[in-house]
Amino acid sequence: MEHLNYRHIVQRRAAGTSKLAIVGVVASGNLEVLAERLLPDNECEVDINTAAEGFGEVWQAVVADFVERRASGGVRLSINDGGARPDMVALRLAQAVRALEGEQA
Amino acid sequence: MSASNSHLQVDSGLLSPSWYEASARQRVDGLLDAGSFDEFIGPAERETSPHLSLFNLPQQFDDGMIVGRGRLDGKTVFIAAQEGRFMGGSFGEVHGAKLTGLLRAARDLGSVPVLVLFDTGGVRLQEANAGELAIAEIMRAVIEARLAGVPVIGLIGGRAGCYGGGGLIAGCCSALAVSEQGRISVSGPEVIETNRGVEEFDSKDRALVWRTMGGKHRRLIGGADRFADDSLAGFRAAASALLAHVPPMQVETLVAEQRRLEQRLQQFGGSEDAIDIWRSLGISEPASIPGMAYDDFAELVASLKEVRHDAR
Repeated sequence: MEHLNYRHIVQRRAAGTSKLAIVGVVASGNLEVLAERLLPDNECEVDINTAAEGFGEVWQAVVADFVERRASGGVRLSINDGGARPDMVALRLAQAVRALEGEQA
Repeated sequence: MSASNSHLQVDSGLLSPSWYEASARQRVDGLLDAGSFDEFIGPAERETSPHLSLFNLPQQFDDGMIVGRGRLDGKTVFIAAQEGRFMGGSFGEVHGAKLTGLLRAARDLGSVPVLVLFDTGGVRLQEANAGELAIAEIMRAVIEARLAGVPVIGLIGGRAGCYGGGGLIAGCCSALAVSEQGRISVSGPEVIETNRGVEEFDSKDRALVWRTMGGKHRRLIGGADRFADDSLAGFRAAASALLAHVPPMQVETLVAEQRRLEQRLQQFGGSEDAIDIWRSLGISEPASIPGMAYDDFAELVASLKEVRHDAR
């Protein structure tokens, strides 16, 4: 198992008021993301536990892309990874902040 | 027992009305009255498996078991749901302890029914001893809850089916609802083939698997008490119907169940295939059963007397 952690200073606070959201499942090629609104509005943290070791650079790039595209301030995202590909990771991260935003269109 | 994470947001199940396709959390949300679910030991508490890291395997925050309280038709129920996609919905130490605790709470309260949404291949091999113990504890807790007057209803229609220790626990429940996609057994198809040879059971023959362990067959021989449509609404209706009539658990119930099973063995023990069993039930075109639509099958079931019994 490999543990990775990335913290970013971000511009935009994640929308909505929900404190907690969970999406995905730990299965082959999939992952779960637990989103918790625990941080100051200008911070985002992504904490990763993965069975696929040695992909730190790819994770770093996917997380950097995510905080660039999505309003994620104030959120800690905790990931249990079952060997998901980068595109799946990007979709799950987006889905997690979307779930945290709630039912907004 | 603390109620927490009541504001947990999940991905919406609206695009996935099929029970088989839905996640455990989507099933819980779709089964209960809207917004009524209150989870115990939710994912934010990170009560994960202490064993998986020894095998370099990733954990899941809820260990594949979701337990809590909610309402069905306005009445309070306890609910447990297995996530069949995480390690095949297998029973590990934490996974099992969450269900045991829920059943014991139901026993102590004596007035809140329990719904168990099975989706499991059985014991988690990486924590086999703890998992086997969990199965035994859960079976005892189911019986103790039923003796205290608590209905324990099993709902089966997930990807992993209901196998191994899950099949044993299902056999202890007050009543079961199953969909066509649901499968109930102890040894799974691959296990039987591995141990007894392909002549005994060809696990790649999907039609054989479904007509031997599938929901329609289980319903026809009285192994399940209700046939559910494969949808969130279908299982909600089935759970409501089963909760409306749960006979008390007494010694007479067990005697009647033993008698029912003996008669079943006597009546069907010589049959080579499920189709022979269906024919001896008086079904004129047994080969048409697997292709039958939900409504037609439900109508057929209603006309058979073997599926009605007061045992369990």
